Amino acid sequence: MIDQLAESRNYLNDDYRFRSWLLTTDHKRIAIMYMISITLFFFVGGAAAVLFRLELMTPKGDLVLAETYNKLFTLHGVIMVWFFLIPSIPTVLGNFLLPLMIGARDLAFPKLNLLSWYIFMLGGAVTVWSIVAGGADTGWTFYTPYSSTYANTNVILMAVGVFISGFSSILTGLNFIVTTHTMRAPGMTWFRLPLFVWAHYATSVIFVLATPVLAITLFLIVLERGFGIGIFDPKLGGDPLLFQHLFWFYSHPAVYIMVLPSMGVVSEIIPCFARNRIFGYKFIAFSSLAIAVIGFLVWGHHMFVSGQSMYASMVFSFMSMLVAVPSAVKVFNWTATLYKGSISLETPMLYSLGFIGLFTLGGLTGLFLAALAVDVHVTDTYFVVAHFHYIMVGGAVMGYLGGLHFWWPKMTGRIYPEWWGRLSAGIIFFGFNLTFFPQFVLGYLGMPRRVHQYVDDFQVLNVMSSAGASILGVGYLLPLAYLIWSLRYGKRADPNPWHAKGLEWQTPSPPPKLNFTQTPIVTEEAYNYPPAPAPKKQAMS
Amino acid sequence: MNHGFQLLPEQASSIASRVDALYFFLLGIAGFFTLLIFFAIVFLVVYYRRSAIRDRTISYNGRSWILETTWIAIPLAITMAIFAWGADLYFDLRTMPPGAIDIQVVGKQWMWKIQHPQGRSEIDQLHVPLGQPVRLHMVSEDVIHSFYIPAFRVKMDVLPDRYSSLWFEATKPGTYNLFCAEYCGTGHADMSGSVVVMQPAEYAAWLAGGESQPPVMAGEELFTRFRCNTCHFQGGQPRCPSLANLFGQPVRLSDGRTVTADEVYLRESVLNPAAKVVAGFQPVMPTYQGQLSEEQIFQLIQYIKSLSIMPAATNETAPVVSPGQSTSVDAVPAQGAPANSSKSND
Amino acid sequence: MSATTAHLAHQFDDAEQQFAAAELGMWLFLSTEVLLFGGLFCTYSIYRLWYHAAFVAGSQRLEQVLGTINTAVLLTSSLSMALAVHAAQTDDRRGIVRNLVFTIFLGCMFLGIKGYEYRQKFVEDLVPGPNFSLTADQPNDNSREGRRDKNNRAGQPPYRAPSQTTLTTEPDVGRVELFFSFYFAMTGLHALHMIVGIGMLGVLLVGASHGAFTPEYHTPVEMIGLYWHFVDIVWVFLFPLLYLIR
Repeated sequence: MIDQLAESRNYLNDDYRFRSWLLTTDHKRIAIMYMISITLFFFVGGAAAVLFRLELMTPKGDLVLAETYNKLFTLHGVIMVWFFLIPSIPTVLGNFLLPLMIGARDLAFPKLNLLSWYIFMLGGAVTVWSIVAGGADTGWTFYTPYSSTYANTNVILMAVGVFISGFSSILTGLNFIVTTHTMRAPGMTWFRLPLFVWAHYATSVIFVLATPVLAITLFLIVLERGFGIGIFDPKLGGDPLLFQHLFWFYSHPAVYIMVLPSMGVVSEIIPCFARNRIFGYKFIAFSSLAIAVIGFLVWGHHMFVSGQSMYASMVFSFMSMLVAVPSAVKVFNWTATLYKGSISLETPMLYSLGFIGLFTLGGLTGLFLAALAVDVHVTDTYFVVAHFHYIMVGGAVMGYLGGLHFWWPKMTGRIYPEWWGRLSAGIIFFGFNLTFFPQFVLGYLGMPRRVHQYVDDFQVLNVMSSAGASILGVGYLLPLAYLIWSLRYGKRADPNPWHAKGLEWQTPSPPPKLNFTQTPIVTEEAYNYPPAPAPKKQAMS
Repeated sequence: MNHGFQLLPEQASSIASRVDALYFFLLGIAGFFTLLIFFAIVFLVVYYRRSAIRDRTISYNGRSWILETTWIAIPLAITMAIFAWGADLYFDLRTMPPGAIDIQVVGKQWMWKIQHPQGRSEIDQLHVPLGQPVRLHMVSEDVIHSFYIPAFRVKMDVLPDRYSSLWFEATKPGTYNLFCAEYCGTGHADMSGSVVVMQPAEYAAWLAGGESQPPVMAGEELFTRFRCNTCHFQGGQPRCPSLANLFGQPVRLSDGRTVTADEVYLRESVLNPAAKVVAGFQPVMPTYQGQLSEEQIFQLIQYIKSLSIMPAATNETAPVVSPGQSTSVDAVPAQGAPANSSKSND
Repeated sequence: MSATTAHLAHQFDDAEQQFAAAELGMWLFLSTEVLLFGGLFCTYSIYRLWYHAAFVAGSQRLEQVLGTINTAVLLTSSLSMALAVHAAQTDDRRGIVRNLVFTIFLGCMFLGIKGYEYRQKFVEDLVPGPNFSLTADQPNDNSREGRRDKNNRAGQPPYRAPSQTTLTTEPDVGRVELFFSFYFAMTGLHALHMIVGIGMLGVLLVGASHGAFTPEYHTPVEMIGLYWHFVDIVWVFLFPLLYLIR
């Protein structure tokens, strides 16, 4: 009964009316709205993937027409990149946790935060409309002059959708940076910030600096396509390579937008389940910034065979090699955090360890693509597809799921079923590797990406990949089911079910509307887990 | 060439084994570090599991920077080595060898149109001789394509309105896959074909078969049909610069710059004559944009090339082309045309 | 102090924090704007370098006098905006209103002159599109027809003898059109920012006439002032790039 009373004042049950959600400025509610939105987008993008993996079971293009196939992979790319991966961790976990972690009552600009959700949904609606009205077939990269002149599909509408959603990213990034600078609780110095906050700070810098360039690039495409203005089409006096430069100036840093927040999540989870301080706090923090900065200087590695000058390619290759170093530093530090820890393997930890493994492989195969001569052979093949799925799915999605499980008790006040969590983490890890590992081999064998039919030699590996995809699909449906189940039937969570450090665990689950009953004062470093000298029987939490 | 299940594509060019060597080095690096991290995690997770009785007192005494420096320095050294190796090989891939056979490739939604210097042309197939460097000279009629032969480990984007090139030397007879690697629209997956590597003698026989007109001759016909000859090559005509001995030479422009008369320059001068006007001339030439296909432009350029004495090295010091210096059109081709496209056979 | 707390949003502890957040937020917003315009400026500069002659020819078709007047108008409006901020700091309510009205007036004047220039370009057929032409009396230019006609490229269109109209010293029409595409895209995006700015100044004006701003709380005036100066600075770059340099 007391429990019920305590429950009666939190951000979820504060007001049940529908409009109290639609007009909320509470960062926690906005995070929940984002979570529902991106989950919908994820399953739309996933459905497209199911269809084209089915098509690729056989070498002949017998399930769908070429036009349909091309629209499917475009849909998959556009939805997954701009409407799932880029917003995923920042807008859901970041939105929810950033103010909590620094001891603030909300983000600096709560109305702006709500506005960015509406902009995001407007962009999503326009994109979905463009799909319903027939879809676009340019691939998510919108390469000119195909997209600007030759494609006969709804390119303008889709580009406008992505363009609009970009402003949502910009506003979110701006909000995070200002919040981190100005809203920290007393005693929360920069080097006491959780690494999750550092990672989001680096991500926000990319949001703010790279997204406008994408916006202007898409704006130019729409101008060219709509009004016949020749900016990228050589027939109209333009230069198609310029588009690639502008596009990748945004889109390569965008990869780091996807994976940096995931690194932040992992940096929270590992110390908690290893009951250990994070190893090399400052190295992890600064490597996030290093990745964000160097990430802006490597875009040309997408263009080694595009006809850009040989020496430019060499410079970009060099910079790309450099960006591998801070990523390696992170991996080593996380591994070292396990040393002399007291490790337990709950679901979030399983996802995090899975993240390290998959990200390591994804990062190392990035070296193949940065090494000029090998890239000439494998670029635009399935090798690239496999590589970026290891980073984006193996990295970003594993991190997102890990974080979702870790903070689920905080967000909803309920405990998810642990056994099912571990099972689905295992299924996803296995299904993922079965899906994407064969694609490395396919790529080196020379199978180009974005084809709906292929030569017979490639079939065995494609069937393996499609089989893996179906396992992966089950892996994703399971959490959807048991997490929804837990909302009603899950055990109630106390404020700190994992015995974790961090301000977000010092307030009830779910948190009250203004996060803390009184502003917390920070007196210790992050991850100050008590040393566990004597082995003792730890109660099951 | 059906080998069923395989892990590596055929090595059929001089560069393939060198690319594979770097690939194996990278595989070694990637395998080593993946396994290192994997076993480290498994070991630590098992050894320091919560229920295990272990000594967990940590004392780094501020020496963790040694570790940090080590694992910054080692990856840095390795990546720099990979960079150097990759760049060295890339340099060779992008540097055209002398004396290569020049084959013209036009990419078009959704086919490859290929013409050999002796005139034989083919679609979605490329016949090349064994053991001779071949240079593909490529342009697209429409969108960006990418010419990709996995067995040769070579790939190059084919751009509209801009020439790109690619070279290889086949080392193993056989038939290999040819793909378009850059997404180019509905028929992207159909834009594939095969590369046939033949013994030089077979290749010569193959070239002789089939009806064909050497590009140089086709170019000459175009030169007449589009009445280029009414202005150019009329010895001393003051309206146009001479085209004889032009290819590969520096040209001084009316705005004071000097450019080399290469394929790119010639192409631009046909399509957009006002862009670079030779010093001393008025921009009176009309544009031929929209009237010539890419193949025809190739042929015209081949013809103009044939008006120069090859190799260009013999007259490297030739003066900049000026209005007074023009050679009679009939005099030049006899000595300038490549041997294999002799004009006497018609 | 009561005026201060009245404006304090729930998430902030004090007015200082709120002001710091607003200021940092505005600067960050302006930096994204720099990159937004930066992308256009960069593309413009690259093409200007490549197609120098055509871009100079296009630039010569712009009205330098009107551009100069507009620059003066905008710089003056920056001054009056700065005076409005100063008036807010010194609790001069009438000063805020007066200077805001003047700034809005100058902003509208800028847009009026810009609109007149656009209209002129429209009359002279300099708006990119099917009717674009450098000389209004020869709309059907051979080269353009060929350039537009994609489908005909692969075949062999009948040869047309060069007509006299193409034998001019005019630079490539398509590239001049490209210049005008950039002209409209860049000045249009700038004008859009002006319109948004004038709208926000209007909101400020309503607030100011009701005495909403005091020396303790005038963050909106300062922030919109920053925005207004930024829009000015963009024009200060646009003007020489489009009108002046040869």
